[in-house]
Amino acid sequence: MPIKSYLAHPHKGKKNELMEALSVLEQCEVIPSHNEELLILITETDTTTEEEILKEKLDALESLKLLALVSGFNTQKN
Amino acid sequence: MYTSLTDRRKFIKKMAMLSAMTAAATMFPGILFADEQEEGLPSGDIKWTKAPCRFCGVGCGILVGTEKGKAVAVKGDPKSSVNKGLLCVKGYHQTMCLQAKDRLTHALVKKNGAYVKTPIGEALDLVASKMKETIAKHGKDAVAMYTSGQSTIPEGYVASKLMKGAIGTNNLDCNARLCMASAVTGFLTTFGADEPMGCYEDIDHADVFVLWGNNMAEMHPVLFSRMLEQKNRRGAKIIDFATRTTRTSMAADKSILFKPQSDLAVANAICYEIIKNGWVNTSFVEKHCNFNKGLTNMGYGLEDNYKFKDKPEKINFEAYKEFLKDYTPEKVEKISGVSVKDIKYMAAYFGDPNKKIVSYWCMGMNQHTRGTWMNNLVYNIHLLTGKISQPGNGPFSLTGQPSACGTAREVGTFTHKLPKGVVMNEKHRRLAAKIWKVPYERIPSKPTYHATEMFRAIDRGEIKFIWTQVTNPLVSLPKTSRYRPGMEKDSCFVVVSDVFPTPTSDVADVILPASWHIEKSGLYGNSERRTQHWDKMVEGPGETTPDAWMTIEVAKRMGFGDLFPYTEENHVEEIYNEYRQFHQGAKHGMAPLEVLKSQSGAIWPFVDGKSTQWRFNAKYDPACSNEEDFHFYGKPDGRAVIWQRPYEPAPEEPDSEYPFWLNTGRVVEHWHTGSMTRRIPVLHKAMPRAYVELHPKDAKRLKIKTGDKVKLTTRRGEIIMPASVNQRGIPTPMQVFVPFFDENMLINDLTLDSFCPISKEPDYKKCAVRVEKV
Repeated sequence: MPIKSYLAHPHKGKKNELMEALSVLEQCEVIPSHNEELLILITETDTTTEEEILKEKLDALESLKLLALVSGFNTQKN
Repeated sequence: MYTSLTDRRKFIKKMAMLSAMTAAATMFPGILFADEQEEGLPSGDIKWTKAPCRFCGVGCGILVGTEKGKAVAVKGDPKSSVNKGLLCVKGYHQTMCLQAKDRLTHALVKKNGAYVKTPIGEALDLVASKMKETIAKHGKDAVAMYTSGQSTIPEGYVASKLMKGAIGTNNLDCNARLCMASAVTGFLTTFGADEPMGCYEDIDHADVFVLWGNNMAEMHPVLFSRMLEQKNRRGAKIIDFATRTTRTSMAADKSILFKPQSDLAVANAICYEIIKNGWVNTSFVEKHCNFNKGLTNMGYGLEDNYKFKDKPEKINFEAYKEFLKDYTPEKVEKISGVSVKDIKYMAAYFGDPNKKIVSYWCMGMNQHTRGTWMNNLVYNIHLLTGKISQPGNGPFSLTGQPSACGTAREVGTFTHKLPKGVVMNEKHRRLAAKIWKVPYERIPSKPTYHATEMFRAIDRGEIKFIWTQVTNPLVSLPKTSRYRPGMEKDSCFVVVSDVFPTPTSDVADVILPASWHIEKSGLYGNSERRTQHWDKMVEGPGETTPDAWMTIEVAKRMGFGDLFPYTEENHVEEIYNEYRQFHQGAKHGMAPLEVLKSQSGAIWPFVDGKSTQWRFNAKYDPACSNEEDFHFYGKPDGRAVIWQRPYEPAPEEPDSEYPFWLNTGRVVEHWHTGSMTRRIPVLHKAMPRAYVELHPKDAKRLKIKTGDKVKLTTRRGEIIMPASVNQRGIPTPMQVFVPFFDENMLINDLTLDSFCPISKEPDYKKCAVRVEKV
């Protein structure tokens, strides 16, 4: 049950658009910075396969400039 | 203990989020995640209680979430005008240090070279008997206490009462001597009254911020964030004037680098330009200022028992103008490396009557062998232009510690201080004697040891007993290579109160287990004169005890019980109410405890139920009584002083043997000596060890790259540490920077124990060092 955190850098002026795009993805939790063009993204998926699919969806987001992995955990599903 | 998988996953998600926040904080100066602090925190039956943050002098309001007797979360207090709900990475994680496995939970007494777990009562018996025995054998000046700008107001107050009022010695000093003593002497010499005249609301009004050797992005991130907001919203300008390129420089509109120590010359050059260009606010200066000069070539305090007393002498404006002729921008460019253009650029902002301007500084100006002078010089600039004591206009000295103002400066835990005034003043001694109910003659009229001299006196064998509270001097003092062996000597009995083991507790004869922040009630006073109260929220482990209560227990055991009639349950309230008597009146009235309990603090002078945000301005300050717009009532004639202070070189400058400057300081992830933050996993992981920063050109010449081992050698010692090139900060060429938080790499073994002769604050920013690749 992978849990990962990322720093999500939007393209210039696209912070809100990226925020909206990420918010609709079920496995994503987004925390926007109050004062910088940056979002924290927490992903929680059931399997590594599901995680790979999610990663592909993320990479396809046009408002996303860069996604930098910060930490990754794997824990049991409850 | 059973932990459900749901809880575990929530915890892991929280850890993942905190890791990302920490990473973000290392990349973006002052980044904040306010929304997250309101949402996404653990839900359930959580009780939120207000407090000031445990760490820096900004004094952010926090809300601590407790559940089943444990602290489970921290968020910024949206009702606090200091931080408006925002927090920095340290503030957000603070309670996590409570989970550290090596917490000091019981008293430890050294017996035959080993620490033995001892009941707290027995340990306090030993401390009291050792103190009494030492006084009987060697006199009252053979015992000392060394406390902290992190001590609460009641803790500082009972320490002062015990030493000065009960025992009758001025052997009390604190670690705030190491961080803001120059700010105090700066304020006193210029205004006759300590602490900034303005408040944080200045940020919302200023057009320009000048940061004097002050990396606010890392050291005061929430205030820096508020400044960045004004930059983005209103186009306010930030000028970073420093000896090192930092995250602050990167976020500023203008970064101006100067050679170490030459800030004195640049400040004088700005004054020269202000006068030359006719930018002096003549009516303000004529009505509200005097001109003085003092002694020069004061020395640097390097010798034991060094003494200095300034001799102020009045001068006139013409003499001051003549003095400044040595500081034309052209001459100062040669001393400082700052271009004529940049000097004129800064001067023009100060000189523009349509620009509101605030100066901020902290350790860069205070930890300076001419720290008092440097503080005076920045005041000169603001006084000459009349840009002071108004919303958005003023000089503002930031403090490092959460109660350096509230406890060290206001309660007065320095050798020369009393809760009101100084020991040298008979009227002040009489007031203290009256409130403390002790004979007036008992309070000595002469100061004894300031911090550096106190530890020298231990090394010399003069002090036979010392009790340190809430501080870690064997990491934070300069030249610890002398003071560690000094404290290890059998001639001095060492008592250390702390929450965690430290290199200082390693040399203790008795270790007392102190309660942490939210395990006790208390009060702190922040940089903007704001006093804040908090209630105890959780029980501490084992026999941990508040420092104030341990002092009271020792006082009782020494036979001073009648002077310490406080109850264990309500001693914080009882002590504060007693302490408030010292500051009654319009100039320093403190808010009643009921007020402090009901809101996120109040700014003194608290008069007729209101905080005073701008002192010395008749529009805001009810203590002004001269019928003018401004009244600097700290001085008998109501006038502030513009000081003639020259540039003088540092005591130890680079030479052929030690060709680099060594500068030391802090990082955003760690609080001072790291005893708390290095026990917070996410912060420790983000910044696990110290390093030495080099300028890329120096690194290339020495064939050093990031991670390489580098040997630093000064006349005090040597150390090997990893290099950092083009990473977080970039020192000027031929300068290196090392943070001091890492007890495994004690950079202060190498620093010089020179200090400002007026403030006695050491200079951690300048000494000569050799740099070699290992």
